[in-house]
Amino acid sequence: MNIPGDLKYTEGHEWIRVEGKIAFIGITDHAQHELGDIVYVELPEVDTEIDSKEEATNIESVKAAAPVYSPVSGNIVKINEELEDNSELINSDAYGSYIFAVEMSDASELDGLMDAAAYKEFLEKE
Amino acid sequence: MLKRTPLFEVYKDYEGAKLIDFGGWELPVNFASGIIAEHMVVRENAGLFDVSHMGEITVEGEKSEAFLNWLLPNNIIKMKENQCLYSPMCYEDGGVVDDLLVYKYNSEKYLLVVNASNVEKDFKWITEENAWIKREQNPPEFENLSESKSSVAFQGPKSTEYLAEMAGKEIDNIDFFYFRDDLKINGIDCIISRTGYTGEVGDEIYVDREDAPALWTYILDTTRGRGVLPVGLGARDTLRFEAKLPLYGHELTKDISPLEANLGYFIDLEGDDFCGRDALIAQKKNGIPRSLRGCEMIDRGIPRESYRVLLGGKDIGHVTSGTKSPMLNKFCGLVLIERGLGLKLGDEIQIDIKGKLKKAKLVKTPFYKNI
Repeated sequence: MNIPGDLKYTEGHEWIRVEGKIAFIGITDHAQHELGDIVYVELPEVDTEIDSKEEATNIESVKAAAPVYSPVSGNIVKINEELEDNSELINSDAYGSYIFAVEMSDASELDGLMDAAAYKEFLEKE
Repeated sequence: MLKRTPLFEVYKDYEGAKLIDFGGWELPVNFASGIIAEHMVVRENAGLFDVSHMGEITVEGEKSEAFLNWLLPNNIIKMKENQCLYSPMCYEDGGVVDDLLVYKYNSEKYLLVVNASNVEKDFKWITEENAWIKREQNPPEFENLSESKSSVAFQGPKSTEYLAEMAGKEIDNIDFFYFRDDLKINGIDCIISRTGYTGEVGDEIYVDREDAPALWTYILDTTRGRGVLPVGLGARDTLRFEAKLPLYGHELTKDISPLEANLGYFIDLEGDDFCGRDALIAQKKNGIPRSLRGCEMIDRGIPRESYRVLLGGKDIGHVTSGTKSPMLNKFCGLVLIERGLGLKLGDEIQIDIKGKLKKAKLVKTPFYKNI
Protein backbone atom coordinates (compact mmCIF):
# COMPACT_ATOMS: atom_id res chain seq x y z
CA MET A 1 0.00 0.00 0.00
CA ASN A 2 1.34 3.41 -1.03
CA ILE A 3 1.92 5.73 1.98
CA PRO A 4 4.08 8.78 1.11
CA GLY A 5 6.46 9.89 3.86
CA ASP A 6 5.84 13.63 3.54
CA LEU A 7 2.13 13.58 4.42
CA LYS A 8 0.08 13.42 7.63
CA TYR A 9 -2.79 10.98 8.11
CA THR A 10 -6.04 10.51 10.04
CA GLU A 11 -7.78 7.39 11.33
CA GLY A 12 -10.54 8.20 8.84
CA HIS A 13 -8.04 7.66 6.00
CA GLU A 14 -7.63 11.29 4.99
CA TRP A 15 -4.16 12.58 4.06
CA ILE A 16 -2.94 16.14 4.70
CA ARG A 17 -0.22 17.98 2.83
CA VAL A 18 0.88 21.20 4.54
CA GLU A 19 2.12 24.17 2.49
CA GLY A 20 2.70 27.08 4.84
CA LYS A 21 -0.67 27.89 6.42
CA ILE A 22 -2.61 25.83 3.88
CA ALA A 23 -3.56 22.18 4.44
CA PHE A 24 -4.46 20.22 1.30
CA ILE A 25 -6.73 17.28 2.10
CA GLY A 26 -7.49 14.10 0.19
CA ILE A 27 -8.19 10.42 0.86
CA THR A 28 -5.52 7.74 1.06
CA ASP A 29 -4.74 5.01 -1.41
CA HIS A 30 -6.16 2.53 1.08
CA ALA A 31 -9.43 4.50 1.22
CA GLN A 32 -9.83 4.72 -2.56
CA HIS A 33 -9.14 1.02 -2.82
CA GLU A 34 -11.76 0.21 -0.20
CA LEU A 35 -14.35 2.42 -1.91
CA GLY A 36 -13.73 1.06 -5.40
CA ASP A 37 -14.59 3.05 -8.54
CA ILE A 38 -15.34 6.59 -7.39
CA VAL A 39 -18.13 8.14 -9.44
CA TYR A 40 -19.04 11.28 -7.53
CA VAL A 41 -17.31 13.85 -5.37
CA GLU A 42 -19.48 16.44 -3.70
CA LEU A 43 -17.13 19.40 -3.40
CA PRO A 44 -17.53 21.82 -0.47
CA GLU A 45 -18.00 25.54 -1.09
CA VAL A 46 -15.01 27.82 -1.18
CA ASP A 47 -14.85 30.42 1.57
CA THR A 48 -16.75 28.46 4.22
CA GLU A 49 -15.51 28.05 7.75
CA ILE A 50 -14.99 24.49 8.89
CA ASP A 51 -14.09 22.93 12.22
CA SER A 52 -11.72 20.05 12.66
CA LYS A 53 -13.54 16.68 12.50
CA GLU A 54 -16.49 18.36 10.77
CA GLU A 55 -17.88 16.63 7.67
CA ALA A 56 -16.57 18.58 4.67
CA THR A 57 -17.79 16.51 1.78
CA ASN A 58 -18.90 13.15 0.50
CA ILE A 59 -17.27 10.75 -1.89
CA GLU A 60 -19.39 8.13 -3.59
CA SER A 61 -18.34 4.97 -5.33
CA VAL A 62 -20.68 2.85 -7.42
CA LYS A 63 -21.88 1.05 -4.31
CA ALA A 64 -21.22 3.30 -1.32
CA ALA A 65 -20.94 6.83 -0.02
CA ALA A 66 -18.23 7.91 2.42
CA PRO A 67 -17.97 11.23 4.26
CA VAL A 68 -14.67 13.12 4.30
CA TYR A 69 -13.90 15.06 7.49
CA SER A 70 -11.67 18.07 7.74
CA PRO A 71 -8.72 17.21 10.01
CA VAL A 72 -8.12 20.91 10.76
CA SER A 73 -10.15 24.05 11.50
CA GLY A 74 -10.11 27.08 9.26
CA ASN A 75 -11.43 28.50 6.03
CA ILE A 76 -11.86 26.42 2.86
CA VAL A 77 -9.80 28.38 0.33
CA LYS A 78 -9.58 26.00 -2.62
CA ILE A 79 -11.38 23.00 -4.05
CA ASN A 80 -10.19 20.61 -6.73
CA GLU A 81 -12.77 21.36 -9.42
CA GLU A 82 -11.22 18.83 -11.75
CA LEU A 83 -12.82 16.11 -9.61
CA GLU A 84 -16.27 17.36 -10.55
CA ASP A 85 -16.09 15.64 -13.93
CA ASN A 86 -13.17 13.30 -13.31
CA SER A 87 -13.79 11.77 -9.91
CA GLU A 88 -11.88 8.65 -10.99
CA LEU A 89 -8.65 10.65 -10.60
CA ILE A 90 -8.85 9.75 -6.92
CA ASN A 91 -8.66 6.07 -7.88
CA SER A 92 -5.74 6.51 -10.23
CA ASP A 93 -3.78 9.00 -8.10
CA ALA A 94 -5.11 9.36 -4.57
CA TYR A 95 -2.22 11.50 -3.31
CA GLY A 96 -2.10 13.69 -6.41
CA SER A 97 -5.81 14.49 -6.12
CA TYR A 98 -6.48 16.80 -3.20
CA ILE A 99 -10.20 17.44 -2.61
CA PHE A 100 -10.14 20.73 -0.71
CA ALA A 101 -7.64 23.03 0.99
CA VAL A 102 -8.06 24.76 4.34
CA GLU A 103 -6.28 27.88 5.56
CA MET A 104 -5.60 26.71 9.08
CA SER A 105 -6.65 28.79 12.07
CA ASP A 106 -4.77 26.56 14.52
CA ALA A 107 -1.75 24.75 13.11
CA SER A 108 -1.26 22.90 16.42
CA GLU A 109 -4.15 20.64 15.37
CA LEU A 110 -1.65 18.96 13.04
CA ASP A 111 0.17 17.58 16.06
CA GLY A 112 -2.59 15.08 16.72
CA LEU A 113 -2.25 13.50 13.25
CA MET A 114 -0.30 10.39 12.31
CA ASP A 115 2.87 10.34 10.25
CA ALA A 116 3.42 7.71 7.54
CA ALA A 117 4.92 5.14 9.90
CA ALA A 118 2.09 5.49 12.40
CA TYR A 119 -0.54 5.27 9.65
CA LYS A 120 1.09 2.15 8.25
CA GLU A 121 0.92 0.58 11.69
CA PHE A 122 -2.70 1.73 12.05
CA LEU A 123 -3.61 0.06 8.75
CA GLU A 124 -1.98 -3.19 9.78
CA LYS A 125 -3.96 -3.26 13.00
CA GLU A 126 -7.27 -2.31 11.42
CA MET B 1 -20.65 -17.14 10.21
CA LEU B 2 -21.28 -16.09 6.63
CA LYS B 3 -22.28 -18.71 4.07
CA ARG B 4 -19.83 -19.38 1.29
CA THR B 5 -20.35 -20.74 -2.19
CA PRO B 6 -18.10 -23.55 -3.45
CA LEU B 7 -16.26 -20.89 -5.46
CA PHE B 8 -15.05 -19.13 -2.33
CA GLU B 9 -11.80 -21.09 -2.50
CA VAL B 10 -11.29 -19.91 -6.08
CA TYR B 11 -11.67 -16.21 -5.19
CA LYS B 12 -8.35 -16.39 -3.33
CA ASP B 13 -6.62 -16.81 -6.69
CA TYR B 14 -7.82 -13.36 -7.72
CA GLU B 15 -5.80 -10.62 -6.16
CA GLY B 16 -8.00 -7.61 -5.54
CA ALA B 17 -11.29 -9.50 -5.16
CA LYS B 18 -13.25 -7.62 -2.51
CA LEU B 19 -15.57 -9.77 -0.42
CA ILE B 20 -18.67 -8.41 1.29
CA ASP B 21 -21.60 -9.70 3.33
CA PHE B 22 -24.46 -10.00 0.87
CA GLY B 23 -27.56 -11.14 2.73
CA GLY B 24 -25.53 -13.56 4.84
CA TRP B 25 -23.27 -14.70 1.98
CA GLU B 26 -19.59 -13.86 1.68
CA LEU B 27 -19.38 -12.87 -1.98
CA PRO B 28 -17.18 -10.65 -4.15
CA VAL B 29 -18.59 -7.17 -4.82
CA ASN B 30 -15.88 -6.92 -7.45
CA PHE B 31 -12.77 -8.71 -8.62
CA ALA B 32 -9.50 -6.91 -9.43
CA SER B 33 -10.84 -4.90 -12.37
CA GLY B 34 -13.45 -2.94 -10.42
CA ILE B 35 -17.18 -2.57 -10.91
CA ILE B 36 -17.10 -0.30 -13.96
CA ALA B 37 -14.63 -2.42 -15.97
CA GLU B 38 -16.61 -5.54 -15.03
CA HIS B 39 -19.84 -3.84 -16.10
CA MET B 40 -18.38 -2.84 -19.46
CA VAL B 41 -16.95 -6.28 -20.23
CA VAL B 42 -20.45 -7.73 -19.96
CA ARG B 43 -21.84 -5.04 -22.29
CA GLU B 44 -19.08 -5.50 -24.85
CA ASN B 45 -17.68 -9.01 -24.54
CA ALA B 46 -18.46 -11.56 -21.81
CA GLY B 47 -18.24 -11.88 -18.04
CA LEU B 48 -18.61 -14.78 -15.60
CA PHE B 49 -20.61 -14.46 -12.37
CA ASP B 50 -20.86 -16.77 -9.38
CA VAL B 51 -24.57 -16.99 -8.65
CA SER B 52 -24.41 -20.10 -6.48
CA HIS B 53 -26.15 -18.26 -3.66
CA MET B 54 -29.43 -18.36 -5.61
CA GLY B 55 -31.96 -20.90 -4.32
CA GLU B 56 -33.26 -23.93 -6.21
CA ILE B 57 -36.52 -25.65 -5.27
CA THR B 58 -38.00 -28.57 -7.18
CA VAL B 59 -41.72 -29.24 -7.50
CA GLU B 60 -42.68 -32.76 -8.55
CA GLY B 61 -45.88 -34.75 -8.85
CA GLU B 62 -49.18 -34.93 -10.65
CA LYS B 63 -50.53 -31.64 -9.33
CA SER B 64 -47.38 -29.62 -9.96
CA GLU B 65 -48.78 -27.66 -12.89
CA ALA B 66 -52.09 -26.88 -11.20
CA PHE B 67 -50.33 -25.85 -8.02
CA LEU B 68 -47.80 -23.52 -9.66
CA ASN B 69 -50.50 -22.04 -11.87
CA TRP B 70 -52.34 -21.08 -8.69
CA LEU B 71 -49.21 -20.05 -6.78
CA LEU B 72 -47.83 -17.72 -9.45
CA PRO B 73 -49.50 -14.82 -11.29
CA ASN B 74 -47.90 -15.62 -14.63
CA ASN B 75 -49.48 -18.28 -16.84
CA ILE B 76 -47.85 -21.63 -16.11
CA ILE B 77 -50.28 -23.60 -18.32
CA LYS B 78 -48.93 -21.91 -21.46
CA MET B 79 -45.35 -22.99 -20.74
CA LYS B 80 -43.72 -25.45 -23.09
CA GLU B 81 -41.35 -28.18 -21.92
CA ASN B 82 -37.80 -26.85 -21.44
CA GLN B 83 -39.10 -23.31 -21.22
CA CYS B 84 -38.25 -20.79 -18.48
CA LEU B 85 -40.72 -18.22 -17.22
CA TYR B 86 -40.25 -15.19 -15.02
CA SER B 87 -42.94 -14.54 -12.43
CA PRO B 88 -43.43 -12.61 -9.23
CA MET B 89 -44.92 -14.71 -6.38
CA CYS B 90 -47.61 -12.87 -4.44
CA TYR B 91 -49.34 -12.99 -1.09
CA GLU B 92 -53.17 -12.89 -1.03
CA ASP B 93 -52.98 -9.09 -0.66
CA GLY B 94 -50.94 -8.72 -3.85
CA GLY B 95 -47.67 -7.92 -2.07
CA VAL B 96 -44.65 -9.81 -3.33
CA VAL B 97 -43.11 -12.84 -1.56
CA ASP B 98 -40.30 -13.06 -4.12
CA ASP B 99 -39.68 -13.04 -7.85
CA LEU B 100 -38.38 -16.17 -9.50
CA LEU B 101 -37.72 -18.22 -12.61
CA VAL B 102 -39.77 -21.34 -13.33
CA TYR B 103 -38.08 -24.13 -15.32
CA LYS B 104 -40.55 -26.63 -16.80
CA TYR B 105 -39.28 -30.17 -17.42
CA ASN B 106 -42.84 -31.45 -17.94
CA SER B 107 -46.21 -30.79 -16.34
CA GLU B 108 -45.23 -32.96 -13.36
CA LYS B 109 -41.74 -31.58 -12.77
CA TYR B 110 -40.55 -28.02 -12.35
CA LEU B 111 -37.55 -26.20 -10.91
CA LEU B 112 -37.92 -22.81 -9.22
CA VAL B 113 -34.92 -20.50 -8.97
CA VAL B 114 -35.42 -17.96 -6.19
CA ASN B 115 -33.49 -15.14 -4.54
CA ALA B 116 -30.78 -16.18 -2.08
CA SER B 117 -32.03 -14.03 0.77
CA ASN B 118 -35.56 -15.43 0.41
CA VAL B 119 -34.92 -19.18 0.15
CA GLU B 120 -36.17 -20.13 3.61
CA LYS B 121 -39.13 -17.75 3.51
CA ASP B 122 -40.09 -18.98 0.03
CA PHE B 123 -39.78 -22.65 0.91
CA LYS B 124 -42.04 -22.18 3.91
CA TRP B 125 -44.54 -20.17 1.89
CA ILE B 126 -44.58 -22.69 -0.97
CA THR B 127 -44.71 -25.86 1.09
CA GLU B 128 -46.78 -24.88 4.17
CA GLU B 129 -48.26 -21.44 4.36
CA ASN B 130 -50.25 -20.76 1.20
CA ALA B 131 -54.00 -21.45 1.04
CA TRP B 132 -53.82 -24.10 -1.73
CA ILE B 133 -51.42 -26.32 0.20
CA LYS B 134 -53.65 -26.08 3.27
CA ARG B 135 -56.81 -27.16 1.45
CA GLU B 136 -55.70 -29.64 -1.26
CA GLN B 137 -54.99 -33.34 -0.83
CA ASN B 138 -51.91 -34.99 -2.36
CA PRO B 139 -49.85 -31.88 -3.00
CA PRO B 140 -46.65 -32.06 -5.08
CA GLU B 141 -43.37 -32.99 -3.45
CA PHE B 142 -40.91 -30.21 -2.81
CA GLU B 143 -37.20 -30.30 -2.36
CA ASN B 144 -34.87 -27.44 -1.47
CA LEU B 145 -31.72 -28.13 -3.49
CA SER B 146 -30.10 -24.79 -2.69
CA GLU B 147 -27.28 -26.34 -0.67
CA SER B 148 -26.40 -28.99 -3.24
CA LYS B 149 -26.75 -26.97 -6.47
CA SER B 150 -24.46 -24.20 -7.64
CA SER B 151 -24.64 -21.92 -10.62
CA VAL B 152 -22.69 -19.46 -12.68
CA ALA B 153 -23.96 -16.89 -15.17
CA PHE B 154 -21.98 -16.32 -18.35
CA GLN B 155 -23.28 -13.10 -19.88
CA GLY B 156 -22.47 -10.70 -22.69
CA PRO B 157 -22.74 -10.41 -26.49
CA LYS B 158 -19.90 -12.90 -27.11
CA SER B 159 -20.69 -15.29 -24.25
CA THR B 160 -22.95 -17.65 -26.21
CA GLU B 161 -20.36 -18.05 -28.96
CA TYR B 162 -17.67 -18.87 -26.37
CA LEU B 163 -19.97 -21.28 -24.56
CA ALA B 164 -20.78 -23.12 -27.80
CA GLU B 165 -17.06 -24.00 -28.01
CA MET B 166 -17.38 -25.63 -24.59
CA ALA B 167 -20.89 -27.09 -24.50
CA GLY B 168 -21.28 -27.92 -28.19
CA LYS B 169 -23.08 -26.31 -31.11
CA GLU B 170 -26.46 -27.58 -29.81
CA ILE B 171 -26.61 -24.64 -27.49
CA ASP B 172 -27.01 -22.35 -30.51
CA ASN B 173 -30.52 -23.82 -30.75
CA ILE B 174 -31.53 -22.82 -27.24
CA ASP B 175 -33.95 -19.94 -27.65
CA PHE B 176 -34.17 -17.05 -25.24
CA PHE B 177 -35.79 -18.29 -21.99
CA TYR B 178 -35.38 -21.99 -22.81
CA PHE B 179 -33.02 -24.55 -21.27
CA ARG B 180 -31.38 -27.94 -21.83
CA ASP B 181 -30.51 -30.40 -19.08
CA ASP B 182 -28.74 -33.02 -21.18
CA LEU B 183 -25.52 -31.17 -21.95
CA LYS B 184 -22.02 -31.45 -20.55
CA ILE B 185 -19.20 -28.94 -20.26
CA ASN B 186 -15.81 -30.64 -20.01
CA GLY B 187 -17.55 -33.77 -18.72
CA ILE B 188 -19.65 -31.91 -16.12
CA ASP B 189 -23.42 -32.43 -16.23
CA CYS B 190 -25.14 -29.07 -16.62
CA ILE B 191 -28.47 -27.39 -16.93
CA ILE B 192 -27.90 -24.54 -19.38
CA SER B 193 -30.59 -21.89 -19.71
CA ARG B 194 -30.53 -18.90 -22.02
CA THR B 195 -31.48 -16.50 -19.28
CA GLY B 196 -29.80 -13.77 -17.29
CA TYR B 197 -30.01 -10.63 -15.23
CA THR B 198 -27.91 -8.20 -17.21
CA GLY B 199 -29.89 -7.00 -20.22
CA GLU B 200 -27.47 -8.94 -22.43
CA VAL B 201 -27.66 -12.33 -24.10
CA GLY B 202 -26.10 -15.13 -22.08
CA ASP B 203 -26.60 -18.32 -20.15
CA GLU B 204 -27.05 -19.48 -16.60
CA ILE B 205 -25.44 -22.84 -15.88
CA TYR B 206 -26.46 -25.08 -12.97
CA VAL B 207 -24.24 -27.88 -11.69
CA ASP B 208 -23.75 -29.99 -8.59
CA ARG B 209 -22.01 -28.01 -5.87
CA GLU B 210 -18.77 -29.99 -6.06
CA ASP B 211 -18.46 -29.38 -9.82
CA ALA B 212 -18.69 -25.58 -9.63
CA PRO B 213 -14.97 -24.77 -9.17
CA ALA B 214 -13.98 -26.96 -12.14
CA LEU B 215 -16.68 -25.36 -14.32
CA TRP B 216 -15.63 -21.82 -13.33
CA THR B 217 -11.96 -22.50 -14.03
CA TYR B 218 -12.70 -24.28 -17.30
CA ILE B 219 -14.74 -21.37 -18.67
CA LEU B 220 -12.07 -18.81 -17.78
CA ASP B 221 -9.21 -21.00 -19.01
CA THR B 222 -10.92 -21.71 -22.33
CA THR B 223 -11.54 -18.01 -22.97
CA ARG B 224 -8.14 -16.83 -21.71
CA GLY B 225 -6.63 -14.04 -23.83
CA ARG B 226 -10.01 -12.89 -25.09
CA GLY B 227 -10.71 -10.31 -22.42
CA VAL B 228 -13.31 -12.28 -20.45
CA LEU B 229 -13.43 -11.28 -16.78
CA PRO B 230 -14.91 -12.67 -13.59
CA VAL B 231 -17.62 -10.23 -12.46
CA GLY B 232 -18.80 -9.44 -8.94
CA LEU B 233 -22.12 -8.48 -7.41
CA GLY B 234 -21.49 -4.75 -7.86
CA ALA B 235 -21.63 -4.96 -11.63
CA ARG B 236 -24.46 -7.50 -11.43
CA ASP B 237 -26.44 -4.74 -9.72
CA THR B 238 -25.49 -1.92 -12.13
CA LEU B 239 -26.19 -4.16 -15.14
CA ARG B 240 -29.64 -5.19 -13.93
CA PHE B 241 -30.31 -1.56 -12.93
CA GLU B 242 -29.61 -0.24 -16.44
CA ALA B 243 -31.90 -2.92 -17.87
CA LYS B 244 -34.58 -2.03 -15.25
CA LEU B 245 -34.73 -5.61 -14.01
CA PRO B 246 -36.27 -5.50 -10.52
CA LEU B 247 -34.31 -6.51 -7.44
CA TYR B 248 -36.31 -7.98 -4.57
CA GLY B 249 -36.10 -5.75 -1.51
CA HIS B 250 -35.83 -2.66 -3.73
CA GLU B 251 -38.32 -2.56 -6.61
CA LEU B 252 -40.37 -5.45 -5.19
CA THR B 253 -41.31 -6.05 -1.56
CA LYS B 254 -44.29 -7.30 0.39
CA ASP B 255 -45.50 -3.68 0.31
CA ILE B 256 -45.11 -3.11 -3.44
CA SER B 257 -47.46 -4.86 -5.84
CA PRO B 258 -46.11 -6.16 -9.13
CA LEU B 259 -48.55 -3.82 -10.93
CA GLU B 260 -46.95 -0.87 -9.17
CA ALA B 261 -43.54 -2.16 -10.23
CA ASN B 262 -44.84 -2.11 -13.83
CA LEU B 263 -44.64 -5.89 -14.15
CA GLY B 264 -48.19 -6.20 -15.51
CA TYR B 265 -46.78 -8.12 -18.48
CA PHE B 266 -45.99 -11.01 -16.12
CA ILE B 267 -49.40 -11.01 -14.42
CA ASP B 268 -52.14 -12.97 -16.17
CA LEU B 269 -55.28 -11.35 -14.79
CA GLU B 270 -57.42 -12.82 -17.61
CA GLY B 271 -56.53 -16.44 -16.86
CA ASP B 272 -57.18 -18.84 -13.99
CA ASP B 273 -57.31 -17.92 -10.33
CA PHE B 274 -53.99 -17.37 -8.60
CA CYS B 275 -52.83 -16.24 -5.19
CA GLY B 276 -53.26 -12.47 -5.00
CA ARG B 277 -55.49 -12.25 -8.08
CA ASP B 278 -58.49 -10.64 -6.38
CA ALA B 279 -56.29 -7.99 -4.76
CA LEU B 280 -54.53 -7.19 -8.02
CA ILE B 281 -57.79 -7.02 -9.99
CA ALA B 282 -59.19 -4.65 -7.36
CA GLN B 283 -56.03 -2.57 -7.51
CA LYS B 284 -56.24 -2.31 -11.28
CA LYS B 285 -59.93 -1.37 -11.12
CA ASN B 286 -59.53 1.22 -8.37
CA GLY B 287 -56.36 2.67 -9.80
CA ILE B 288 -52.83 1.43 -9.25
CA PRO B 289 -51.46 3.77 -6.58
CA ARG B 290 -47.83 4.04 -7.66
CA SER B 291 -45.62 3.57 -10.67
CA LEU B 292 -41.95 2.65 -11.08
CA ARG B 293 -40.28 5.27 -13.27
CA GLY B 294 -36.74 6.14 -14.28
CA CYS B 295 -35.02 9.46 -13.69
CA GLU B 296 -31.77 11.12 -14.54
CA MET B 297 -30.18 13.81 -12.36
CA ILE B 298 -30.09 17.38 -13.66
CA ASP B 299 -28.25 18.66 -10.57
CA ARG B 300 -25.19 16.80 -9.38
CA GLY B 301 -25.69 13.94 -6.94
CA ILE B 302 -26.50 10.24 -6.79
CA PRO B 303 -30.07 9.24 -6.00
CA ARG B 304 -29.74 6.37 -3.54
CA GLU B 305 -32.27 3.87 -2.24
CA SER B 306 -34.94 5.30 0.11
CA TYR B 307 -34.26 8.98 -0.71
CA ARG B 308 -37.48 11.03 -0.87
CA VAL B 309 -38.89 12.10 -4.23
CA LEU B 310 -40.83 15.38 -4.40
CA LEU B 311 -42.85 17.37 -6.90
CA GLY B 312 -43.28 21.06 -6.20
CA GLY B 313 -42.28 20.55 -2.56
CA LYS B 314 -44.72 17.69 -1.95
CA ASP B 315 -43.61 14.09 -1.30
CA ILE B 316 -44.61 11.75 -4.13
CA GLY B 317 -42.51 8.66 -3.44
CA HIS B 318 -39.02 7.28 -2.96
CA VAL B 319 -35.94 6.05 -4.79
CA THR B 320 -35.78 2.24 -5.03
CA SER B 321 -32.31 1.98 -6.62
CA GLY B 322 -29.83 4.47 -8.00
CA THR B 323 -26.27 4.69 -9.24
CA LYS B 324 -24.13 6.17 -11.96
CA SER B 325 -24.97 4.32 -15.14
CA PRO B 326 -21.66 3.18 -16.60
CA MET B 327 -23.12 3.06 -20.13
CA LEU B 328 -24.84 6.45 -20.06
CA ASN B 329 -22.25 8.03 -17.78
CA LYS B 330 -25.14 9.72 -15.96
CA PHE B 331 -26.54 9.60 -12.44
CA CYS B 332 -29.80 7.68 -12.68
CA GLY B 333 -32.46 6.35 -10.35
CA LEU B 334 -35.54 4.17 -10.27
CA VAL B 335 -38.31 5.91 -8.36
CA LEU B 336 -41.60 4.54 -7.06
CA ILE B 337 -43.95 7.51 -7.27
CA GLU B 338 -47.65 8.30 -7.14
CA ARG B 339 -49.56 7.64 -10.31
CA GLY B 340 -52.00 10.13 -11.80
CA LEU B 341 -49.83 13.20 -11.38
CA GLY B 342 -49.72 13.67 -15.13
CA LEU B 343 -45.93 13.40 -15.24
CA LYS B 344 -44.44 12.91 -18.70
CA LEU B 345 -40.94 11.99 -19.83
CA GLY B 346 -38.70 15.02 -19.42
CA ASP B 347 -40.75 16.46 -16.55
CA GLU B 348 -38.83 17.66 -13.54
CA ILE B 349 -38.95 16.10 -10.06
CA GLN B 350 -36.79 16.70 -7.01
CA ILE B 351 -34.83 14.23 -4.94
CA ASP B 352 -33.88 14.90 -1.35
CA ILE B 353 -30.16 14.08 -1.33
CA LYS B 354 -28.93 14.44 2.23
CA GLY B 355 -31.27 17.31 3.02
CA LYS B 356 -30.81 19.20 -0.25
CA LEU B 357 -33.45 19.15 -2.97
CA LYS B 358 -31.76 18.23 -6.23
CA LYS B 359 -33.43 18.41 -9.64
CA ALA B 360 -33.94 15.31 -11.77
CA LYS B 361 -36.03 14.56 -14.84
CA LEU B 362 -38.08 11.53 -15.82
CA VAL B 363 -36.51 9.49 -18.60
CA LYS B 364 -37.39 6.44 -20.65
CA THR B 365 -36.54 3.03 -19.18
CA PRO B 366 -34.77 0.67 -19.47
CA PHE B 367 -31.84 3.05 -19.26
CA TYR B 368 -29.94 0.58 -21.43
CA LYS B 369 -30.72 -2.84 -22.81
CA ASN B 370 -29.20 -4.89 -25.57
CA ILE B 371 -31.83 -7.64 -25.87
